[in-house]
Amino acid sequence: MEDDAPVIYGLEFQARSLTAQTAETDAIRFLVGTQSLKFDNQIHVIDFDDENNIINKNVLLHQAGEIWNIGASPADKDVITTCYNKTSDSRVVSCAAVWRMPSNYETGSHESPDDSAHNPQTLELLCHLDDSAHGNAACVLWEPMGDGKRVISLADNHVLLWDLHESSTQATVSSTAMLEGKGQLKFTSGKWSPHHNCGQLATASDTAIRGWDLRTMSQIYCMENAHGQLVRDLDFNPNKQYYLASCGDDCKVKFWDVRNVQEPIKTLEEHSHWVWSVRYNHSHDQLVLTASSDSRLILSNMVSISSEPFGHLVDDEDLSEGEDNHQEDKTARVRLCGRCKEPLKDSVVSTYEEHEDSVYAAEWSSADPWLFASLSYDGRLVINRVPRALKYQILL
Amino acid sequence: MRVTDSVLTVCLCRHNCNGNAYSATHPEVLAVRHLTDSLIITSVNRPPFAMEAEAPATEDPGRKRRVHGMLKLYYGLNEEGKADEKPQSLDPCDINGPHFDPEHYLNKLRRECSLAELMDQETCMVKQIRSLDSDMQTLVYENYNKFISATDTIRKMKNDFKKMEDEMDCLSANMAAITDFSARISGTLEDQHAQITKLSGVHTLLRKLQFLFELPARLNKCLELQAYAQAVSSHRRARCVLQQYSHMPSFKGIQDDCHAIMDKLAQELRQKFRDGGSSAKDLSECVELLLQLDEPAEELCEKFLSHAGSRLESDLQGLEAEIRPSQTASSVKGAPARKSPPAGLPSPSSNTDILEFIDRGCNEFVSSLCLVITSYQELFINHAQTGELASKNIPQMANGKLHVFVDDLAARYFSLVERRIQEEKGVSDNSLLVRALDRFHRRLQAVAKLLPGSSVPNRGTEIVIGAATERVKQYLAALQSFYVDSLTDVRQALATPRLSLAAPGAGSGRDAPSGLPELLSSLSASILNQIKSVLASVHLFTAKDITFSNKPYFKGEFCCQGVRESLIVSFIKFVCQSSRQFCESAGDKGGSTPPALLLLLSRLCLDYETSTISYILTLTDEQFLSQHHSPVTAVTALCAEAREAAQKLLNHYVKVQGLIISQMLRKSVETRDWVNTIEPRNVRAVMKRVVEDTTSIDVQVGLLYEEGVRKAHSSDSSKRTFSVYSSSRQQTRYAASYTPSAPMDTNLLSNIHKLFSERIDIFSSVEFNKVSVMTGIIKISLKTFLECVRLRTFGRYGLQQIQVDCHYLQMYLWRFVSDENLVHFLLDEIVGSSAHRCLDPAPMEQSVIEVICERG
Repeated sequence: MEDDAPVIYGLEFQARSLTAQTAETDAIRFLVGTQSLKFDNQIHVIDFDDENNIINKNVLLHQAGEIWNIGASPADKDVITTCYNKTSDSRVVSCAAVWRMPSNYETGSHESPDDSAHNPQTLELLCHLDDSAHGNAACVLWEPMGDGKRVISLADNHVLLWDLHESSTQATVSSTAMLEGKGQLKFTSGKWSPHHNCGQLATASDTAIRGWDLRTMSQIYCMENAHGQLVRDLDFNPNKQYYLASCGDDCKVKFWDVRNVQEPIKTLEEHSHWVWSVRYNHSHDQLVLTASSDSRLILSNMVSISSEPFGHLVDDEDLSEGEDNHQEDKTARVRLCGRCKEPLKDSVVSTYEEHEDSVYAAEWSSADPWLFASLSYDGRLVINRVPRALKYQILL
Repeated sequence: MRVTDSVLTVCLCRHNCNGNAYSATHPEVLAVRHLTDSLIITSVNRPPFAMEAEAPATEDPGRKRRVHGMLKLYYGLNEEGKADEKPQSLDPCDINGPHFDPEHYLNKLRRECSLAELMDQETCMVKQIRSLDSDMQTLVYENYNKFISATDTIRKMKNDFKKMEDEMDCLSANMAAITDFSARISGTLEDQHAQITKLSGVHTLLRKLQFLFELPARLNKCLELQAYAQAVSSHRRARCVLQQYSHMPSFKGIQDDCHAIMDKLAQELRQKFRDGGSSAKDLSECVELLLQLDEPAEELCEKFLSHAGSRLESDLQGLEAEIRPSQTASSVKGAPARKSPPAGLPSPSSNTDILEFIDRGCNEFVSSLCLVITSYQELFINHAQTGELASKNIPQMANGKLHVFVDDLAARYFSLVERRIQEEKGVSDNSLLVRALDRFHRRLQAVAKLLPGSSVPNRGTEIVIGAATERVKQYLAALQSFYVDSLTDVRQALATPRLSLAAPGAGSGRDAPSGLPELLSSLSASILNQIKSVLASVHLFTAKDITFSNKPYFKGEFCCQGVRESLIVSFIKFVCQSSRQFCESAGDKGGSTPPALLLLLSRLCLDYETSTISYILTLTDEQFLSQHHSPVTAVTALCAEAREAAQKLLNHYVKVQGLIISQMLRKSVETRDWVNTIEPRNVRAVMKRVVEDTTSIDVQVGLLYEEGVRKAHSSDSSKRTFSVYSSSRQQTRYAASYTPSAPMDTNLLSNIHKLFSERIDIFSSVEFNKVSVMTGIIKISLKTFLECVRLRTFGRYGLQQIQVDCHYLQMYLWRFVSDENLVHFLLDEIVGSSAHRCLDPAPMEQSVIEVICERG
């Protein structure tokens, strides 16, 4: 049962932003945004052919500036948002915008990868999430499982909830919230909770994690000093509504029950430098990916705090989006539910060392729950799979 | 012939006399016998007449002799003269021989002798015959006379015998008469004898009756005189009789009287018994009497015990009172005592110490308990075993009661002692407690001897064991609090100079860390001393002169599990654990514990690992020679734990120090507008600060840890060559990276570089030496710098400023690390990344950078 070797793809530019194409559930596709101050920035659409282990890429020009954050619409697979830096008059401004990818870009996939730069297609700007009044945008979040009509942008110390109209060509701020406190507070990251009818948001600023109620735009919980250092990223457990993972500069990954803000349920300390990204697997929430600037990617199996602590199957309805077409997968699980009652141990499944620079982003594929991509600063994208042994252990 | 006849007659007569028993002593008979004897003698001496008529009668004696011999021969008595006669008798010529043949003799004479001779012979022969004849005549005559007189004598004897016979008959008649008389007399006297016997019987009976009749009075008198014992013994004597004749009214009256009196007496005894004022001896006497009065033994046992119990109870209450007031007193006194600390020890028993308490308990309670047990056993068990009044199961019943009683009281006593021991919280004076426990235990041995099957001594031993384990726990707590206190002291000692360290005055900052080794040594020495003193105190429990020290518990488990495991090992574990807690609690923000303390503790743990633990454990094992029955924590395991703690602390120290510097660097990068900055003229102050802090950390670590090994140095580590080296290196790098047309090359170059360099773990474990620690700290700082730079966008001067800063860092930081290439690499990365993040990457001339850096 040899595990497939990781597939590595190199970008010309440095890159920090990576997302799976959320609305795409058939093809394994990732979007990578580059960072370059001197050249036109690009969005690489990376298709992974699972059967042949081949990567097909398409390059789209993103001329507005270097991309710090990228998000894919959960409803329309061609619509994306980016946060980018624009430099003008020796000033650097962060903006956010909604874009449409040209629908026929797939024709380019047949071309050889190296000549894609010759004739790159350009993104079509749908609308700016014009928040110059509110400062620099840190990230844009799509409403999970939504219809692609609502986004949240985090700009400096503001939370802005946007409504998109007219096939996303117009954006209006429907409500805002502001983080108040001493000093210069800034949101570093955030996550829109898929639970509670998508009515909650969690944000990270400095060492604190805050929860927001989107209906009232007010803070509902706050974990002061959630991490010893800066909190870098958050993710909600897709199957357990109060469970949240966070990571930060103290090299730790912490798992929280938001009902108890005093201390985490579990802390992982596997990385030897800052942890920049933490991601729950969409279907099997015991699988957690973490990316760190120690150039490592770690896949952990957090069985004890997952929704299936005994390998037991949760109700099918509870499963999040992107699951519907994995019927065979689910039936396999249904068939075998009730077995392996023994609580399994939390463990690090494996450490991926293919990167040679800081890994700033890691994402699970929206199409294949056993596949994930990670992106390091030097522009290296690595696609890996969950080890087969573990996969079968979870399934069987 | 007549002679023989008379002899025969005499003999017969003699026979007759012998046959008559009557006449044995009769004088006549004696006379007769004398007569016959003399007769026999005479007849024997006389030769027979008829023999040797022609025997020569020349010499009378010879002849007589021969005659005598012939008589003898005749009577068959031939024992003498046999040898003489035999040769003579064969010769037929011997004229005196028996075989004499006159013919032959005559022939012989005629043949041999001449006529003259024959004539002579013939005359001689005639002469001899003639003398023989005369002899014979004389003899016959003599014998005849004698026969006559003998006959006379016999006739006279005959007459005398007849007379004697008559007298004898008379005597026997008289005797018969006497016998008859005597029988008649005794017959008449018999009646009177019987009467006398009967009379004496009646007399004794009457005496007894008198006793009986007098009994009530006597008893009363005894009662008055309080001579209970006499009364009881009197009554006991009379009791059976009274019981037997109780159907008779008079006896019944007496019995009733006696009963009444005895009841009264019993009442009085019981009263006395109940009063309790009397001594134990009186009491036992009392009980003995009551027992004799057929009081039910069970009831008596109960009463006796309850009575003894009440007295013991009062002892116990006295003891309890001693605990109570001290408790309340302490709670009352607690407040003022706290206000005035020099007032005294905070020991809860200010009025009596434990030794006094136990003493009192022993002297009062235990000794009287022993007394009770002895007298009880004397009364009910030993006594009853011999006494016939007790049925067989009384001793068992009594014994059972006694056990229950003793167990009950002892349990209460023990609970009191336990309470008192529990109050003994202060660990100041262990010897007092040990002595108290010893006394306690010793005195219980007496009970054990008295009451072999009792659980009391076991319970006592349990209490002692409990107290000992409790004491060990207290010592552990004391050690732990001592450790925590000394840590607080150390922390304070560290905090005061740290303030001055924070102040710009570098001189005072130097002084502070120089105290670290002293602090460490004093800390470790004081802990060691404390452990030693605790061991010494605990050792008292196993001293030879302590009675309970030879109990198996104190020989084995106490030494092994108690002292070694739950005291020493637990303490060491506690040290390690509390050290580790410093790492964990300080996780947030990292500011709660002063880094110097972490460093110090790390060194302390390391010292423990290398020597102290084995020393302490050896010390313990020496003092508490245990047989190692149970598995004990190995020295290696503890050492491993200590090492782990040391490693954790040191790692944490690195992390904390690294974060402090990182924080400075990050703030400096994040708060600056790097796009619109002015041309660099100086190294930024924050970099100087970083170098300063690093230097002071280096000094601090150097105080406690060895230098460690460096990897290959550049041959001459002087500043000059270093800067040349770095500048040349940097220039080639920048030449490649800053050509705007070649972003790919940059990536390629940096990737190639990374391919050949080792992966750097930023927050990794460090070794126990200065260089490794410093490397760790610098790694963390520079990596933070790098990540922060990557998040910013730079203008031309921004980049140049970073160049200057990095060069400055390079100038100073290399000397701290094990591998200076690491610093080069990270600084190159920083400069490279900032060049990437630069809108207008125009690097500064290396020479200018150097000038600026040299200027400071």
